[in-house]
Amino acid sequence: MRYLPKSESERRQMLDACGVASPEELFAHLPEAVRLDRPLALDPGISEYEIVDYFRQRAAENANGYASFLGAGIYNHYRPVLVDTVVSRGEFLTSYTPYQAEIAQGTLTTIFEFQTMICQLTGMDVANASMYDGSTAVPEAAMMAVRATGKGRVLIAKSVHPEYREVLRTYAKHQGMPVEEFGYVAEAGTLDLEDLESKMDDLTGAVIIQSPNFFGIVEQVKAAAAIAHKRGALLVLLFTEAVSLGLLEPPADADIVAGELQSFAISPSYGGPYAGIIATKDKFIRQMPGRLVGQTTDSRGNRAFCLTLSTREQHIRREKATSNICTNQALIALMATVYMSVYGKQGLRELAEQNLSKAHYLAGKLAPRFSGKFFNEFVVKAEGKSPDEINKALLKKKIIGGLPLGRFYPELADCMLVCATEMSRRAEMDTFAESLKPAVPAEVLA
Amino acid sequence: MIQKVRSHLSPNEELLFERSSPGKKAYQLPELDVPAVDAAEALGAGNVRGEIEGFPEVSEVEAIRHFTRLSTWNYAIDYGMYPLGSCTMKYNPRINELVARTEALAWAHPYQPEALSQGCMKVMERLEAALAEITGMDAVTLQPAAGAHGELTGILLIRALLEKRGNPRKKILIPDSAHGTNPATAAIAGYAVENIKSSETGVLDVGALEHLVTSDVAALMVTNPNTLGVFENNIIHVAEILHKKGAMLYMDGANMNALVGIARPGDFGVDVLHLNLHKTFSTPHGGGGPGAGPVCVKKVLEPFLPAPRLKRSGQKLSWNYNRKNSIGRVKAFYGNFGVLVRALAYILAHGGPGLRNATMDAVLNAVYIRKQLEPYFDLPYQSPNMHEVVFSDDRQAKLGVRTGDIAKRLIDYGFHPYTVSFPLIVHGALMIEPTETEGKREIDLFCDAMISIAKEVEADPQMVKNAPYGTRTSRVDEVTAARKPVLRWKPA
Amino acid sequence: MYPENFRYTKEHEWVRVEGDTGTVGITFHAQEELGDIVYVDLPKPGTHLEQGKSLGSVESVKAVSDVYSPVSGEVVEANPALAEAPEKLNEDPHGAAWLVKVKLANPAEVQNLMTAAAYQSYIGAEK
Repeated sequence: MRYLPKSESERRQMLDACGVASPEELFAHLPEAVRLDRPLALDPGISEYEIVDYFRQRAAENANGYASFLGAGIYNHYRPVLVDTVVSRGEFLTSYTPYQAEIAQGTLTTIFEFQTMICQLTGMDVANASMYDGSTAVPEAAMMAVRATGKGRVLIAKSVHPEYREVLRTYAKHQGMPVEEFGYVAEAGTLDLEDLESKMDDLTGAVIIQSPNFFGIVEQVKAAAAIAHKRGALLVLLFTEAVSLGLLEPPADADIVAGELQSFAISPSYGGPYAGIIATKDKFIRQMPGRLVGQTTDSRGNRAFCLTLSTREQHIRREKATSNICTNQALIALMATVYMSVYGKQGLRELAEQNLSKAHYLAGKLAPRFSGKFFNEFVVKAEGKSPDEINKALLKKKIIGGLPLGRFYPELADCMLVCATEMSRRAEMDTFAESLKPAVPAEVLA
Repeated sequence: MIQKVRSHLSPNEELLFERSSPGKKAYQLPELDVPAVDAAEALGAGNVRGEIEGFPEVSEVEAIRHFTRLSTWNYAIDYGMYPLGSCTMKYNPRINELVARTEALAWAHPYQPEALSQGCMKVMERLEAALAEITGMDAVTLQPAAGAHGELTGILLIRALLEKRGNPRKKILIPDSAHGTNPATAAIAGYAVENIKSSETGVLDVGALEHLVTSDVAALMVTNPNTLGVFENNIIHVAEILHKKGAMLYMDGANMNALVGIARPGDFGVDVLHLNLHKTFSTPHGGGGPGAGPVCVKKVLEPFLPAPRLKRSGQKLSWNYNRKNSIGRVKAFYGNFGVLVRALAYILAHGGPGLRNATMDAVLNAVYIRKQLEPYFDLPYQSPNMHEVVFSDDRQAKLGVRTGDIAKRLIDYGFHPYTVSFPLIVHGALMIEPTETEGKREIDLFCDAMISIAKEVEADPQMVKNAPYGTRTSRVDEVTAARKPVLRWKPA
Repeated sequence: MYPENFRYTKEHEWVRVEGDTGTVGITFHAQEELGDIVYVDLPKPGTHLEQGKSLGSVESVKAVSDVYSPVSGEVVEANPALAEAPEKLNEDPHGAAWLVKVKLANPAEVQNLMTAAAYQSYIGAEK
């Protein structure tokens, strides 16, 4: 097998050195009862070409060459070629967690840059070296707020991504952390601040909102923060569309920012891997989960980087750790780091502005369901036909339409969530807009 | 055949922000084909940010040079062996990278129509089946994003079953040799942790276990082989003790590399386990992640698996959300699909016989290393080891040299250190796992280096304590980094 | 090395009693075992402590150790110097780097702690 670098004679020499005649003897100490007495029921190994062909066939069974107006937490953005060039280098791809600082300065330096850029984008003081994804960053941020305030109740907006809210519930269930939801304003699609205020109490440690929210709408972060802070809770601000950070005011009133970085050169890849972040103010740093890279010096006085504040983590604190997380998403975070470097200060802004323009062009041809201000996603009411029927017709034109919202919001069953990015072409948007118009009845045409 | 590292040309490189110059660009966006929209009008003036202060501005050439230079300061599997115990740092096959980037797989949106996602779903179905066969279990979820995430999922599954039976119980038993994620996970799942000591032969003390398993115990979390690399030869009896009291057996699958094709957890009494695809199944560590932590269960736990589950009806696959006993989601969407592709490619390349051969070579390599190093390093547990071996630094400690020092000196010989000071039950542990993708030459070089260091400790302990000497940075000041954390760059 | 007027615990804490106030710290031996200390986590004034239960923790780069209170009572003051300069705990564990001052609930319970001589033979035996 091409990954096993031993010739038969080398194997023999090593077996001799171990004092055994065959490799099977090395397992002789295993009790008879545990040993598998047949070969694994798996096909024999195949060649490289056959592996490529297997996945090529699977790809042919997927959507190929469709334009898409899906967003809903995962976004179609162009991936600069430099991203894969950098992450394909063996030194980045095949290296381990940088516990040995002397031989991991490459990884440590890029993580330090990553942490810095996340702080610059979010306006927070400190950011960690990534969580698994945005959806798991939410319960981690909630647990962090609960630790920091000593108060176990969590309030989360209905306009936070529905699957993220599900993940929070799974984590919260066994930690004595009651979770309650508060609503959105039917007309505007923004947070129902009155509902939040009425549900707030002194036992609440965290209020979690998303901006732009699941409907694409920009929220009044300041107002929500004021309600949270008045009763001694922390405000957790979540984002799922990282490109919005290029244009939207950083959430200075938030105590913790959690987010998903998939927009920054991470392939949608049918659900993962992605990279989440948690960023916060200096005073909460010891409550923060996940790896942190810090600057220091070596014994010769040179600047160097290392993992630090490890005593928060599982390998030291075990059951008292801030989280059980071990893996971070280093390679994925590196993709985001390269992406941020390629676009840079001006580019990220220009990119966000293009997204804004594209989505507003499309929205101008349709009637957004909500009056709230939006970034690159908005909700549209389907007239005459159901969202599913519209999407079925669109597929014939090789267009994947917006996400029908009925599966998550029964009150919006006649609506779909539509996203346009810098990758959306005018002609496709025109076709899409046409198909959403209700069919003109024959009598009117006559 | 002792070789030491020699330095090579690797330019200095500042941080991106220090290389930045206003106006430099590495991007070009296409012309807008729609009218430009005024941000303040569209979003509200108060919602529009000022410039992103301090954000880098570099050209494409500077960007590629920056990251390339930084990359040369990293050790990697592509350079040489990582003898890290329990990490299973095996070769990351490049074909896996190619197939993961197949366009229609890499660009698949999780919400695109199921009819247009059959390729992705088939990949996941095939992987689930392969992992079930390898582990001897009945059902698999691919949703968890990493090992620790899988552990949490597994413990939540146990809790859900016990709750259904009337009593979720209060505590989880964890061996004192366990990985730190185990107790941390138990705590998040709402269980108290009770430690169980290992016997003098390094395996679970079955007598002690019998006393500890009360009706308050939900489960025992075991790693098999354990973190000493020793097979828990009483595992069937252990499972019986637990099951008799209505408790469950969870297995941390970190050490599966010793078992694939040889023994199956499902056959020796395990109820639920997680796998680390970034260990046993070769997906790249990438400097610390991503990974994936599938969870494999016996039939009795299947109803509680995270939703949705893959369902096949004739030719079509679909996602079944109608799972009323499910513990819920542990992650948005379906799992780290990109990592799953790589793991499946690995399994396809090896096939059944290939996987078994890989396991045998992994164990051969570790036993060989044990034999070579036994005369020089203290071996606290004499039991047969499997894919990894754990020494202690007792002999060297008498001269003031600890496992961490020996590890640093190993760097000067061109190797990444082994796992230092873990498991905790060994004083000054040196935990070594070569994996099967190391040949005799590389392993001999490693053994020669370790033996040379053992001799250096006798001759000049202080020299070893100040290692490494051949690296770009010398030992870093971790104390100041922790006392006065500087976690981001700031302009002067 | 180990002041005569302190009392010591098996977990390497000390207490110095003056009237109904106890000053609590960790011993020289403890800080030596821990190595360079990077952070100290102390309870706020008003916190109720129980003899033998954890009052906080001390961290080095690679380890965390719980500190167990040698006495029961209410925390009157936590040492402000340790937040800025945790290294003081390595430099002067019996003096300037005391951890907390406690209003004793049960001064008699100090009797069941070790004297300086007993503690010295205890740590001698431990080695």
